[in-house]
Amino acid sequence: MDIRQIKSEEITAAVKKLFLSCNYFIGEDIMCALENARRQEQSEVGKSVLAQIIENDKIAAAEEIPLCQDTGMAILFVEYGDRVVVEGKSFEDAVNEGVRQAYSDGYLRKSVVSDPVFDRTNTKDNTPAVIHTRIVSGNTIRITAGGKGFGSENMSAIKMVTPSYGVEGVKQFILDTVRNAGPNPCPPIVVGVGIGGTFERAAQLAKKATFRPIDTCHPDERYASLEKELLEKINKMGFGPAGLGGSTTAIGVNIETAPTHIAGMPVAVNICCHAARHASTEI
Amino acid sequence: MTKKITLPITDSDIRNLKAGDSVLLSGSIITGRDAAHKRLFELIQQGKELPVKLKGEIIYYVGPAPAKPGYAVGPAGPTSSYRMDKYAPALLDLGLKGMIGKGARNKAVIDSIVKNGCVYFAAIGGAAALIAKSIKSEELLCYEDLGTEAVRRYTVEDFPCIVAIDCQGNNVYETEPKKYCRE
Ligand code: SF4
Repeated sequence: MDIRQIKSEEITAAVKKLFLSCNYFIGEDIMCALENARRQEQSEVGKSVLAQIIENDKIAAAEEIPLCQDTGMAILFVEYGDRVVVEGKSFEDAVNEGVRQAYSDGYLRKSVVSDPVFDRTNTKDNTPAVIHTRIVSGNTIRITAGGKGFGSENMSAIKMVTPSYGVEGVKQFILDTVRNAGPNPCPPIVVGVGIGGTFERAAQLAKKATFRPIDTCHPDERYASLEKELLEKINKMGFGPAGLGGSTTAIGVNIETAPTHIAGMPVAVNICCHAARHASTEI
Repeated sequence: MTKKITLPITDSDIRNLKAGDSVLLSGSIITGRDAAHKRLFELIQQGKELPVKLKGEIIYYVGPAPAKPGYAVGPAGPTSSYRMDKYAPALLDLGLKGMIGKGARNKAVIDSIVKNGCVYFAAIGGAAALIAKSIKSEELLCYEDLGTEAVRRYTVEDFPCIVAIDCQGNNVYETEPKKYCRE
């Protein structure tokens, strides 16, 4: 396979487009789940909340405005083909330029501060993005990007569960995390779970899980049925749409897994709100 | 039943509001979230004068997205209220009458709501584009350097929210989920 040259402007343009489209247009999987939930919701208030969320998402799409004011921190999962050479800016600079343009030209909120503890000065262009890159074989760049709001991000948690706790320990930690989050992360939520790997790998998998369409399931049947079981259990908690009571607390549980150490079973739970925004492209 | 309230809110309006009521607010509210609360709280602790009057006001916890040309405001849904819990009682003690946000509050805030005869409204998190339709104009009050977190005055018409905690301390986040809990 020949080396392929890609101009950095092309990457910038693609990234800009991803962030505009994910902030304006909710995914079909989410819209479909919200419509179903509205039909099945037991609470009248819950039904009305779901109807308003659906209407909100339709307004945003029709008018091309952000569906939520928290347009999030920019996150990208990149599969970078090893036969690609970027011409012009570095890959990272090209990505950040795309984020900058999307958030400035697209009327998205700039929510990033440069220093986490002391200055907390806004960077004014929503950069830097959080970029997870995997080098793969090939001559294309695949990107899945999303904006993550912090109302739900703040409700996420990680635990180094140990093997003796087994699947019950995993379930309990996931359910406890959702219960602690309660009404705060804008339910109905999407629960991203990362199991295995190391401390940081589990967290990364959990985020990746929130970017997976909710009408898909884990390829291993055992995890797929765990996803289903957890979704049912979460919807029995009663928090409901907007946390105002009801039978729809979550619209999806996605699990991603990875090999881990003989002594460990890390579990990360990344909670995402109903504004579960992500989009993909290939360059 | 939906109750319509014209602002400024009166004590008798507040007494008539029950947790769970759907409400449409019309009139003027102020905005403020994390960074503005931190500054106001520090001024209160130092006994200094505040750059904005709180008495009789309702504060909306919001950091809007920028307005597209032709729009009065950008998408503007509520942010999580618990982050303001540390500061809220001090503001309520100064005469703030109501708060609009999303999610649960701690006991200190609920006690202060009851003590001061206030109300906490919930707006629907993530319904920012829809909520912005009820905000007709905005005016900067202070802390412009905070960007989206600056304190502004919004003129609203039929701003939709729900009474989450009423002046007696009844709390929908406590009572309603229990009704649907099947665990
Ligand atoms: S948690 Fe999600 S829906 Fe709620 S305000 Fe934040 S970004 Fe918006």
